Amino acid sequence: MKKTHIIILIGIAVLIVGLLTYSVDFSTYDTIHSAQEKKGKFVHVIAKIDKSEPVVYDPINNPNYLSFYAIDSLGGKTKVVYHNSKPTDLERSERIVMKGKMQADHFECSDILLKCPSKYKDDKKQLEKNMNEQAATGSTSAQ
Amino acid sequence: MKFLGEHLLPGQLGHFFVILGFIASLLASISFFKASSGNDPVEKNNWLRFGSILFFTQVISVIAVFSIIYYICANHYYEYMYAYKHASKELEPKYLLACIWEGQEGSFLLWTIWHSVLGVFILFNAKEWKAPVMSVISLAQFFLLMMILGIYVFDARIGNSPFTLTRNEIAGPIFGREDYLTFIKDGMGLNVLLRNYWMVIHPPVLFLGFASTIVPFAYAYAGIKTKQYGAWIKPVIPWALFSACVLGVGIMMGGKWAYESLSFGGYWAWDPVENASLVPWLLLVAGLHTMVIYNATGHSLRASYLFAILCFAFILYSTFLTRTGILGDTSVHAFTEAGNVINTMIGLFVLAFTGPMLFLFFRHYKRIPAIHKEEEASSREFWMFIGSLVLFLAALFIIGVTSIPVYNKTPLLKDIIVYFHHAALAMPEDPEFLYNKVMILVVFIIGILTAIAQYFKYKQSPKSYFTKKIALPTLIAAVLTTLIVWAYPLQYFKQGPVFKGAIYLGFFAAMYALVANAMYIWSGLNGKIKNAGGSVTHVGFALMLLGILISSSNKEVISSSTANGINAQVGIDPMTKKQDNPQENLTLLREIPTRMGEYEVTYFSDSSGHEKGRKFFALRFDKKDPSSKKNMESFVIKPDVYIMKDNNMSSNPDTKSYLTKDVFTYVTSAPDNEKVKDTARFRTTEIAIGDTAFYSKGMIILKDVVKNPNNQKYHFKEDDLALMADLSVISREQMHYHATPLIRIDENNMAQMVDDTVYAQNLFVRFEGVGDGKKLKLGIKESDKTIDYVTVKSYIFPYINLVWLGLIIMAAGLLISMVKRSNLSPARSVILYIVAISSLVYMFLFANG
Repeated sequence: MKKTHIIILIGIAVLIVGLLTYSVDFSTYDTIHSAQEKKGKFVHVIAKIDKSEPVVYDPINNPNYLSFYAIDSLGGKTKVVYHNSKPTDLERSERIVMKGKMQADHFECSDILLKCPSKYKDDKKQLEKNMNEQAATGSTSAQ
Repeated sequence: MKFLGEHLLPGQLGHFFVILGFIASLLASISFFKASSGNDPVEKNNWLRFGSILFFTQVISVIAVFSIIYYICANHYYEYMYAYKHASKELEPKYLLACIWEGQEGSFLLWTIWHSVLGVFILFNAKEWKAPVMSVISLAQFFLLMMILGIYVFDARIGNSPFTLTRNEIAGPIFGREDYLTFIKDGMGLNVLLRNYWMVIHPPVLFLGFASTIVPFAYAYAGIKTKQYGAWIKPVIPWALFSACVLGVGIMMGGKWAYESLSFGGYWAWDPVENASLVPWLLLVAGLHTMVIYNATGHSLRASYLFAILCFAFILYSTFLTRTGILGDTSVHAFTEAGNVINTMIGLFVLAFTGPMLFLFFRHYKRIPAIHKEEEASSREFWMFIGSLVLFLAALFIIGVTSIPVYNKTPLLKDIIVYFHHAALAMPEDPEFLYNKVMILVVFIIGILTAIAQYFKYKQSPKSYFTKKIALPTLIAAVLTTLIVWAYPLQYFKQGPVFKGAIYLGFFAAMYALVANAMYIWSGLNGKIKNAGGSVTHVGFALMLLGILISSSNKEVISSSTANGINAQVGIDPMTKKQDNPQENLTLLREIPTRMGEYEVTYFSDSSGHEKGRKFFALRFDKKDPSSKKNMESFVIKPDVYIMKDNNMSSNPDTKSYLTKDVFTYVTSAPDNEKVKDTARFRTTEIAIGDTAFYSKGMIILKDVVKNPNNQKYHFKEDDLALMADLSVISREQMHYHATPLIRIDENNMAQMVDDTVYAQNLFVRFEGVGDGKKLKLGIKESDKTIDYVTVKSYIFPYINLVWLGLIIMAAGLLISMVKRSNLSPARSVILYIVAISSLVYMFLFANG
């Protein structure tokens, strides 16, 4: 066996990997509206929680059921069902990335990523807010 | 205005030292370059001496900067932004260092400190390579210090200084007052997720790994610069071994940290940040093998150059990925955007090192000596090279997929993606499988190559020699694999039989590598451990692979509600008929034993820790003998959460470790208000269908008893043994509630009771069994307190200790090789072994939590 033969074999292996990767159904970032147009397809949706609607999570009855409403910047709105525990900070999050599939009446979510203001100290606005809150409580307690 | 109570001197000093170090490192780089360029030995020597003085000036500067930041944080000088952002008064002293490297600036500084340490080592030990190598390291210091410079050029701020003042950084009415500092009561403190001893030790080790990869890169440059194209390999091999050891340990420390204290549910998740540090390690290992080949045979020099260059280039690229915010939503632990200027600077840093170096490499490519006669297929170097090539391709694959967020932001490429997908590209539904299905092939090939390569001799080996020696290890590995597969089959069905077959192939390959290398220590090296660094490393690596394959394949979710037969099985994909969302959370009501796998788990008490807002939940796990019902085993674990002032919660798992498995549990939800202990007990009444039982606030009617119910809540089959009581609860206010407690006999012939609650009435009902004459025993418990509970996830990781043990053996093997190749004195090497290995054993196997 010569080195070139092996290199050819490796070339074939790379090709197989390429095909494996190509056959993967990569997901896309969608809006609620465009996700509704491709029901049943796995998508990523960036939205935020609609605070005018209730967040339903009752761990005593079912720790694997969370539902809430999400809205996105283009005005789309959908009910979201997540069969898992409620991520802490959900209500405080500024933005959520939901991975899942749009169903007839709701978005069936399989994973949620949160962008929470408190975790990001590099956000200047949040720092200012924190600082001013602290200063305000400081001055009232001083009086 | 003059502000009261500020301490401005440390900041001014710190700023001075940053600038001093910045300028000194630039001048040092130029001096070392001069020293490596001219012909006049006297002049060269002068430049070298001058460069050394400048480099030491830089070393003193970064140490001073670091000490001043520590001083500011330790004294809570909140007039400094860095202290305000990262320190707080309640922070325990052990976390003070961690809060320094929590921020961008601090972690850049940590990097410069390690470069300084390595630089000093090289200045004392590197002899003729000193000048060109140090010019590269000094230049890297220049770029790193630029990141924390904090000087304005026109409107752009070059670098973020750690010494900026809070009042200059953020706006607020208090800054109009001269006593503004009295209003800043406390800093923001260290992120609770990071309050863990791993945060204290993991970043320094990882950054030492990062920093050390510059040495092979710098030596490669030196090889080209001095036109001694091959001579740099011999002195650099110990460095590459050191780097592979430290970076490997650092990466796995990150995994251990994620496993122990973060609730990711495992030690590896193919997160972009993890991948970004794994890729340079793979390239480093590839480079290490080609360097060893060159040293023995003269082949593979060009590949050694390429791998040494790419390894450091990908360290820089990983810095770019994790620090510029380009990963955005795809990673849980990337830094957020630090601003455009710093992003551009990081980009420049990457290009300034990668571009010119690759250019130099290709320009000198023809002049780098290569042997044109091909290696024999019966030679060791041939198979080693193939292995390196596979590692290199694996690294390219991983970084190619990890970079998807970058493609979405690259001009042109972005347009192509939108053209084909009509939207930005994201990872597929099961991102881990995308990596796993390729990496299992890599494991297979690398495992086989690791097993056989040492049984070949360099240059050429007679066929009979190879077949005679490899036969026994092959047989033993095959027998062992068969035995294990038979006795302890892998349970990974999720991706179908083909992938499971691939896992078994990978398993065999890893076992083969383990057996062949362990035997080679005796059959090839006569048991001389001093010379067996390579084999020991391979044994550790193979053991780690076996541990990874077993613990991931046979990981078991014991808190799964579906495993307990209760709760609706929702989320079944109509296409694949597979569970979309495994239901992994289980709620434990206080004092009520709940079945979890082979354990009966009771949440029996809670306690607060000495840190503010920390709460521990004590869970007792009982394992009972199925026939005698006696307790065979009992242990308590205490997972905890930090509950922050704004209902922010962070969860820390707790693990019961056995030699062969870990029971791993963390809290996913807990009531946030203070709960009072519930002391009420169940009282038993016997009622028949249609009868009524009373409780203080109303009555309970037994409507029916259903055998093997199949409804929204329960899913039992015909041949199960389950009885459900269908209860109607009517309160005094005429409110109607529905409750369905259940009793079932499980596979182990144990009676399991699934209680139900009427939350609004603080009422618990339990199906306790069947009484006399068609009556059933109904347990009723009332409580005037709200129900206390905790929701948990619980996994069993079998044989996870193999992963850590493998890592330790691998690190030990790399150190053995390093000692051998660097001719360290015996006394020094013994000290090195004792310190390194005992601390690794302690950290990975004993220091849980």
